Amino acid sequence: MSILRVAFFIALRDTVRGNRWASALTVILITLTFVNLVIVGGVLVGLIESSSLANRVRYSSDILLSPPTSKAYIEQTPAILSLIARTEGVTNYVTRYAEPATITAGYKKQLNPKDTPDYARAIVAGIDLVRENALTGIADKIVEGRFLKPNEFGAIVLGSNLLYKYIPIDSPGLQTLDIKGVGEKVRLTVGGNNKELTVVGVIKSKVGEIDQRMFMNAAELRPLIHRNDLNVDEIAIKVTDDASITTVKAALIKGGADKFARIQTWEEAQPKFIQDIKNTFAILGNIIGSVGVVASSITIFIIVFVSAIVRRKQIGILKAIGINSNAIELAYAMQSLFYGVVGIGLGMAISFLIIKPYVDLHPINFPFSDGIIATTWPSTLARIAALFAATLFAGYVPAKLIVRKNTIDAILGR
Amino acid sequence: MAVIKAEQLTKTYKDGETVITALGGVSLSIERGEFVAITGRSGSGKSTLFHQLGLIDNPTSGSLTVNGTDALRLTEKQKTSFRLKNIGYIFQDYALIPTLTALENIVLPLLMAGVPRAKANEIAATTLASVGLEGRGKHLPNELSGGQQQRVSIARAISHNPALILADEPTANLDNESSLRIMGIFKNLRDRGITVVMITHENEYAKMTDRVITLFDGKIEKEERN
Repeated sequence: MSILRVAFFIALRDTVRGNRWASALTVILITLTFVNLVIVGGVLVGLIESSSLANRVRYSSDILLSPPTSKAYIEQTPAILSLIARTEGVTNYVTRYAEPATITAGYKKQLNPKDTPDYARAIVAGIDLVRENALTGIADKIVEGRFLKPNEFGAIVLGSNLLYKYIPIDSPGLQTLDIKGVGEKVRLTVGGNNKELTVVGVIKSKVGEIDQRMFMNAAELRPLIHRNDLNVDEIAIKVTDDASITTVKAALIKGGADKFARIQTWEEAQPKFIQDIKNTFAILGNIIGSVGVVASSITIFIIVFVSAIVRRKQIGILKAIGINSNAIELAYAMQSLFYGVVGIGLGMAISFLIIKPYVDLHPINFPFSDGIIATTWPSTLARIAALFAATLFAGYVPAKLIVRKNTIDAILGR
Repeated sequence: MAVIKAEQLTKTYKDGETVITALGGVSLSIERGEFVAITGRSGSGKSTLFHQLGLIDNPTSGSLTVNGTDALRLTEKQKTSFRLKNIGYIFQDYALIPTLTALENIVLPLLMAGVPRAKANEIAATTLASVGLEGRGKHLPNELSGGQQQRVSIARAISHNPALILADEPTANLDNESSLRIMGIFKNLRDRGITVVMITHENEYAKMTDRVITLFDGKIEKEERN
């Protein structure tokens, strides 16, 4: 008890009345290390997380129904839509037609029929404009021209990845249209039919599934793909905030929808490589963070070691007047703990009250996603624990090394 | 009864291949309530003897009994605890903890000894007053003069009522007036039955003690009673 009391007595006064520059330096170092740990890791994971979230918001919604592997479309769509409409927890849904198609541009200027035409292959999506926009808000992502209007025929919106000017890469495997965009006439070939359409807008959402597609009115696409039975290719379902996605999915399966459609939550609907990249970036973030923790520990070690060496005589005197060596070591550990608490507290304030809210409002404009800072409490707590442990270690060990010295050697600075 | 009893204390150091003898078999006995000065020229071994008597360094050979305890059988931690209970230290450069006030410097060893905080404060204030520093308790060491710091150091050494006070050149950095005041305090302690052993190279102060032990080349050259 006396040891604890004396250690606290020394530590408190040393911290309050000691070298403020050294204290400030140590606290700043811990603060920056914590910010580095949280922000760098968070940005790396957030890079993919935001892409993943955008995919959910703009494309798959909470649950995505698509044709089973052996089928070209979702059979019994009207019955499934009826099931969806009466399933508890569903707040909205949209249907989409999605067919592989070829789009050709500049064919009117082509003098020699043997010349290679300017074309690209992509999925053409037939959508209900009003419902689609209400669910996914993709009209907000128009970067040129405008979105489709209700009951508008002869118009098409192209995903930015289909235009050379947005993807200026010359690669044999990558087909893009070298056109200016809005106002151009293009020929859509789908289901063995050709249709001339006018490009009315270009969409760029940083969601691959959207930017790689073209969009037109479902009513105009349906006859082109000979789909007269109301069966569709995709159904995206939005679940209410208080409902569980897995519960709604289970209800759909229980209702028999899985016999005609593949039912996936938004996470399952994402390509596996997204999750792999997310995990990879999380590991990278941890590696970078760990290097930061080690570098910071070494620096704190040096600061405390220098401080302990400078106060070697004082440590010797404390021992000489009968202060237990454990109390002296504990005093240094308490000081480190104090620096850790203040440094990590400041780091949390900077990270979670300043940087994260700012980035949430102003996402980082990465080429393929609007970067956010992805953090979870377990990972944050793990980082706090790691930094605390490193700080305590870096503070305690140098003190231990000095205190262990012979009292007279410490007093005489030998 | 002897508070200090040393038999053939030796201390040697190695400097490369050379063996340096700092203490060459010192035997002495200091009684309870005795005020003793240890003098000698620089390099005579008086500081080395001081460190042995205070249990902050280990002799190479010999035996040492302090306040009835075989000091050389104690572990480092036991020695620290022993010093806390039995020895009061006064250093030439005062050796106050710079981040503690005068009062806190005195309170610290009392807290270590398990004295409750309020009682420790009371003892510290009384002791500080006994060395003429009432009203200076809240001052940090750098706000006090050398003489005042030395008196705080003395107050710290005596606050826990040790049987033995060891003072290493306590007047070396002080003016004559302050030095005389310090000597007066030591005489008072002696009169209260506390043993005071003072290292000094100043003869005028050595003559104020009960006995002067003079060292030369690590050995006792002579002993004189005043």
